[in-house]
Amino acid sequence: MSAESLVNQLKSGLDAPICLTWELTYACNLQCVHCLSSSGQRDPHELSTAEAKRVIDELRDLQVFYINIGGGEPMVRRDFFELVEYSVAQGIGVKFSTNGAFIDAEKARRLAGMDYLDIQISLDGVDAATNDAVRGAGSYDMARRAMDNLAAADFGPFKISVVVTRQNVPQLNQFKALADSYGAQLRVTRLRPSGRGVDSWDHLHPTNAQQREIYQWLMAHGEGVLTGDSFFHLNALGDPLPGLNMCGAGRVVCLIDPVGDVYACPFVIHDEFRAGNVRDPGGFSAVWKQSELFTSLREPQSAGACASCGAFDACQGGCMAAKFFTGLPLDGPDPECVGGDGEVALAELAAVPVLLKPRPAADHTKPDRRPVLT
Amino acid sequence: MSTDLLNDLLGRSLELHPQAAVRPEPFGALVYHYGNRRLVFLQHTDMVAVARALSQHATLADTLEACGVDQRRWPSFAKAFESLLNSDIVRERTTDER
Repeated sequence: MSAESLVNQLKSGLDAPICLTWELTYACNLQCVHCLSSSGQRDPHELSTAEAKRVIDELRDLQVFYINIGGGEPMVRRDFFELVEYSVAQGIGVKFSTNGAFIDAEKARRLAGMDYLDIQISLDGVDAATNDAVRGAGSYDMARRAMDNLAAADFGPFKISVVVTRQNVPQLNQFKALADSYGAQLRVTRLRPSGRGVDSWDHLHPTNAQQREIYQWLMAHGEGVLTGDSFFHLNALGDPLPGLNMCGAGRVVCLIDPVGDVYACPFVIHDEFRAGNVRDPGGFSAVWKQSELFTSLREPQSAGACASCGAFDACQGGCMAAKFFTGLPLDGPDPECVGGDGEVALAELAAVPVLLKPRPAADHTKPDRRPVLT
Repeated sequence: MSTDLLNDLLGRSLELHPQAAVRPEPFGALVYHYGNRRLVFLQHTDMVAVARALSQHATLADTLEACGVDQRRWPSFAKAFESLLNSDIVRERTTDER
């Protein structure tokens, strides 16, 4: 079987996700301006410990190998360790994303003692000024302290997770050097206009010239830097980046949010991409296997306005979430299309007198702490 | 693949790494290694049966034979197992139980 037919198989969906993101809580000690889940306050309808364990049992039966836990700040949940330990005991590996606030020396030792656990510490600048402008005052020191604690506890190669922005593209080499200094792995992912990113994307997203810089940098580092396959829109620039080069939303990945809603991917928390809820009859399996939304995402997608572009096979039209939240049609160019077609489409949209861009479904921003870009 | 390398691979006694899990899929199988976190796509539907039967037979060739894999396909299986050995999904059996 060729690689192409494998990708076609994956596009038509699998009986269970390959990996799955699970935001455990909307509660967060930070209020990052680009938070993809608009987190801040805990949602009163959050899944209970017992409900979360039932979901884990289902994922075990589906043979999901690992889950990506996030939030909000997942370590805010009192049952965080209980759920992680339960998951690992069921044979499901855990990767979790954290801002590091709660990884003190003692927690670092506890984490270091666990098998099948990966940790991603979020950091969006190699200095406090760059990082804190996006993630909030004190967040740089917080993340570095967590890294120091994990290193002191001999956790092993944790991951430093960077959302690439216009402000930190020039720091890519320094991020790599920082990761190397800890024996850590660098993970860089694409900024999406999701969650609070709807309001900060214009200011933060890399310029077209920077897209080329990112592509060259990623090509030079190959599989030594993790990307979560998030930059496949850049493949229109030349040889493909490592990875599957496809949108996995509802096909091989999905998101479970803190209240059990299942979305096609972590970047589309909006009713239009909500497939169901794990509390529905049939649970997560029924949503994954039978929901109308996922069924339609597994059908061949139209190339639309991009059909005549020679680069479509390489970039696949880019990211569904990026198009949706910038108000662009899903069967047209990505807003960051390296051919420049996205910029043209955005300019045409801006000329429309009344433009209603979709807003994220669940906004848990703390009312008194709505972040302001400085 | 050279004939020597092919024969060498076919003659080895192998087993699935105890930290590797296999999930059958319409295209073959997904294999995940909990130790090195590698995810591998197996693109033969009968690869799963072969991978699971490895430890019950003396050599890879014996396993292919027992699983009824046509000899003409052995080179492509040997190639697949070479890459599984490289990613530690499959490993050499150290104890000889015969």
